[in-house]
Amino acid sequence: MKPMAGMTISEKILAAASGKDYVRPGEIVDARVDMAMVNEITGPLAIQTFKRIGLKNVWDNQRIVLVLDHQVPADSVKSAELHKIMREFAKEQNIPFLYDVGDGGICHQIMVERGHVRPGELIVGADSHTCTYGALGAFATGIGSTEMAAVFATGKLWLKVPSTIRINVTGRFSDFVTPKDLILDVIGRVGADGAIYKAVEFTGPTISEMDISGRLTLCNMTVEMGAKTGIIEPDEKVIQYVRERTNRPFKIFRSDEDANYERTLEFNVDNLEPMVACPHSVDNVKPVKEVEGVEINQAFLGSCTNGRLEDLELAARILRGRRVKKGVRMLVTPASSEVYLKALEMGILEVFVRAGACICNPTCGACFGGHMGLLAAGEICISSSNRNFVGRMGSPEAQIYLASPATVAASAVEGKITDPRRFLGGA
Amino acid sequence: MKVSGRAIIFGDNVNTDVIIPSKYLTSLDPNELAKHAMEGIDPSFPSRAKSGVIIVAGRNFGCGSSREQAPIALKYSGVKCVVAESFARIFYRNAINIGLPVLESPGIRGLVNEGDTLTVILDEGKIINESKNIIVKANRLPNFILEIIMDGGLIEHLIKTMRGERYEV
Ligand code: SF4
Repeated sequence: MKPMAGMTISEKILAAASGKDYVRPGEIVDARVDMAMVNEITGPLAIQTFKRIGLKNVWDNQRIVLVLDHQVPADSVKSAELHKIMREFAKEQNIPFLYDVGDGGICHQIMVERGHVRPGELIVGADSHTCTYGALGAFATGIGSTEMAAVFATGKLWLKVPSTIRINVTGRFSDFVTPKDLILDVIGRVGADGAIYKAVEFTGPTISEMDISGRLTLCNMTVEMGAKTGIIEPDEKVIQYVRERTNRPFKIFRSDEDANYERTLEFNVDNLEPMVACPHSVDNVKPVKEVEGVEINQAFLGSCTNGRLEDLELAARILRGRRVKKGVRMLVTPASSEVYLKALEMGILEVFVRAGACICNPTCGACFGGHMGLLAAGEICISSSNRNFVGRMGSPEAQIYLASPATVAASAVEGKITDPRRFLGGA
Repeated sequence: MKVSGRAIIFGDNVNTDVIIPSKYLTSLDPNELAKHAMEGIDPSFPSRAKSGVIIVAGRNFGCGSSREQAPIALKYSGVKCVVAESFARIFYRNAINIGLPVLESPGIRGLVNEGDTLTVILDEGKIINESKNIIVKANRLPNFILEIIMDGGLIEHLIKTMRGERYEV
């Protein structure tokens, strides 16, 4: 069929994955999956279900990645059992990519950092933040455990081709204003359900300027407005990042000039301020200055949104030579063992320890309210993660504010929510 | 395919963390999960749902994580069907895949009160509010999704397909 209009990068990847020249939004395709990822919360259910199908082998043991990250090291016998199911499955199916305690980290960081994500690929993960990988020009989306079992069996999945919302970004970030502040601003304006079933594509000079870490932060949080994926056209930075991590060939797709976008939203970051998502929804976004002074009990720096080296470095700029306020606890979880090691070598971890912060092993940790860093009733946490739902980090009577690593660090030092720009110029 | 039950109403953006809080995710037992269904919003939900209910909710139902334990907890607590203004996509897929019927029906919130008796006719995309004597239209599910639900979920569907009882996935 002759195309009526150009295609977006998302449409092109889905067309290629389903062996077609052309697809249009709304069309349902039966697509071939390039990589499939599960963690120990979603994996065991997928494995159990896969066994029910009755097949002996998975479709391709080189295309499955298993990560232990949500509750590591095991905090209970139940978690240990889940971990064991994952390890045994890897062994039995001869899957080389099992990231275990000590040699891994948060699944999404592992996927990009260890070269399991390449531009142009279709990647599914049994975790909602799988959309993160769009930062490398892949079409990546979260699915559930049962359909993951079907993917394990067949390597295929039905998908509805989403329409695309373009977010075009111009301008330069001021110091201590970050991609996290931008994505919070976007979600605040689009709303928690503003992009359900859609792809969100980021374009514009600010995105080209942005490092990979910042792009990962943007794409990571697109699911918080309901999106199926966040995606950015791969450029030289991406190609270099990926080449350093994998030998596997890949194909670059770019959106056509005349691609059909459902709508385009323009953002300019010249005057963007540090932003915060207030309890209890991610789209309840305000400038930090409007909530400055809210006293906190915990500051959490970590997660797949903001637990990378760049995030730790930024927080360390504020914490260097300072102390976390007495009565406040600060938790730091580097997103992976690689991030941990680099932060160690660069002396960043020392800055945190000297500041009185608690450094935890690479894990989802406090982000998920599973096994550590939980909040008591009435407590308030400022977090660099991506969700502030009721009960997300422990007690349903706790409150969570989401912000950038800079705002988290500044707030930890002051013991209350603080605009990080107060620390500019070594105040 | 038809399901009936009393309506339990929820608002917008009901997320998976309240449908089944993280601390229960270490369980793989659906009946155990069911005991904590909706605990984050309404701890009395499992006892209210036991007799078989239909959830009627607002926009973006099931937003948040990909945990399939959310629709599982609902299904095993006695939820026969979820009708919402709109769904978060992963929840929507998960529900279908485990055989919990879900139906999008823009405007439904204004047409149902707590406790109304509803009958949902899935293959027609129709909701009958017996208490108010009205019929509400919903977005009918595509045939292949109806097949998955009628087979009892994706895996049952896949097994049938592989055995040649169906020819298309
Ligand atoms: S860090 Fe948080 S959001 Fe990211 S995968 Fe882990 S639990 Fe999910």
